[in-house]
Amino acid sequence: MGMTIAEKIIAAAAGVDSVKAGDIHTVELDRLMSNDGTTHLTIDMYNNKLKNPHIADVKKLVWIIDHNIPSDSPKTAASHKKMRDFAREHGIDFWEGKGVCHQIMMENYVRPGELIFGADSHTCAYGALGAFGTGVGCTDYLYAMVTGKSWLLVPETIRFNLTGKLREGVYARDLILTIIGKIGAAGASYMAMEFVGDGMKNLTMDDRISMCNLCVEAGAKTALMEVDDIALDYLHARGREPKHCFKSDEDAVFAAEYDIDLATIEPIVARPDFVDDVIPAKEALGVKIDEAFLGSCNNGRLSDLRVGADLIRGRKVHPLVRFLVVPASNEVYEAAIKEGIIQTFMEAGAIVMNANCSVCWGSCQGVIGAGETLISTGTRNFKGRAGHPDSKVYLASAATVTASAIKGEITTADKL
Amino acid sequence: MGKVFKFHNDLDTDQIIASQYLLLPTIDDMKSHAMESQDPTFAERVQPGDFVVGGSNFGCGSSREQAPSVLKALGVKAVIAKSFARIFYRNSINIGMPVIVCKELYDAVENGDDIELDLLAGTIQAGDKTFACTKLPEKMQEILNQGGLIASLNKEEA
Repeated sequence: MGMTIAEKIIAAAAGVDSVKAGDIHTVELDRLMSNDGTTHLTIDMYNNKLKNPHIADVKKLVWIIDHNIPSDSPKTAASHKKMRDFAREHGIDFWEGKGVCHQIMMENYVRPGELIFGADSHTCAYGALGAFGTGVGCTDYLYAMVTGKSWLLVPETIRFNLTGKLREGVYARDLILTIIGKIGAAGASYMAMEFVGDGMKNLTMDDRISMCNLCVEAGAKTALMEVDDIALDYLHARGREPKHCFKSDEDAVFAAEYDIDLATIEPIVARPDFVDDVIPAKEALGVKIDEAFLGSCNNGRLSDLRVGADLIRGRKVHPLVRFLVVPASNEVYEAAIKEGIIQTFMEAGAIVMNANCSVCWGSCQGVIGAGETLISTGTRNFKGRAGHPDSKVYLASAATVTASAIKGEITTADKL
Repeated sequence: MGKVFKFHNDLDTDQIIASQYLLLPTIDDMKSHAMESQDPTFAERVQPGDFVVGGSNFGCGSSREQAPSVLKALGVKAVIAKSFARIFYRNSINIGMPVIVCKELYDAVENGDDIELDLLAGTIQAGDKTFACTKLPEKMQEILNQGGLIASLNKEEA
């Protein structure tokens, strides 16, 4: 029987010829990413709970301070210091204030065919380069850090066959929110989501990362794409080579298959408080907003900033709105400076901040208060996700977020 | 016997413990904020041996292990739900907190009801009704039996 991409990566990592969905295998991990959301607890367990504390292969570890950087309180600073000191002492690759963890991983580490654990749910983003990334908690992380291994239940795969091209003014963000709305918040629970088809050639790396990144919001264990010239160009431009380039076999078994014509996608908004509660953006027009956020591991890349800058050039942020612009990494930030994009945002009255997770995770700069409404390119709109439990978050594309920041209420770019 | 604390479908881990508390030094520093957005009195009222009862897709969202950890630190005996999101499920087993799939219980109990869980028999007693729980996969039962993944690792390395 044929295998899916997910099955092939797990088989390779388990050192066996074939695996099938439902099997449990012990796997060798290629890379282990952890950020400041949980690493202080991992270190405490390492120091206090292990009989024989050691690191199997320190070269596999990447630690990134991105969630609350720069630190927002003395307690955060203490947790950061614990992480920083441990990383230095053990020689762990360490990044601080350089960008959101997944963007740093894509720019600097991820290779096709790798199996990667990240102590962050959006680790599934790495599928944009044909790698199996999955989110884990800090105990799983610690086990893998000590042994270099873990165990995995081989997931079933849902396949999405994409054809055609997104219309002008419609983005990968609208596409993935549409898909999540269609299959639901548990629609891909425990499964891999695989994206293939002729339509892929019309999706850039930025688009692909955005799509794979959000698959956990449908419950997915990972997201995967085939490695084509677009992916290889991205990889080669950063001096890396694939480990393996896998495609699903023709006789591989899929739990479900969907055909999606990209031309049918329209601008989408996810309403508070669930990512799968999506409606066409045109049905959300007029909702007053207090803050708009353009950034995050989902939508803070150069192409997203370009979309926003093109819309806001010559216009102003609405006087009653704070518009936060947060590049996903310093690589993105520097490119945006060179293109004049940052200047454009500042002239329009946006607040441009350092590359971090920002208000997307609700415990950094930019959190909103009781009764306030945010429109965001972030990952989630759960109750209180951006601050006070009695605040609201709408999710939308860079274009819809920027247009709304200008108008002071939810609107689409074509209505400006 | 423990009391039921019931929560809605798709209860995400941000509700179990909000982001703003995650970088506090220890789980004990965080636990008084458990479920704050849903019920600010939860952490005060929940007693060791009580149960969190969820609908479908319980624990979706963020991979924060602080979510099952604060519930365990408050003494929650088990989370019983129609279904779980995978990271929460795996994290719970890893820290040695039982997560029980039982599709029928949710609609049969109310907040404050007393229920009894028999982990060995795989049953839940609620009033005069008995419900069967879904068995854990063997691998996960093994980890749980040893008290969690770290205990299991220490044994492997002994």
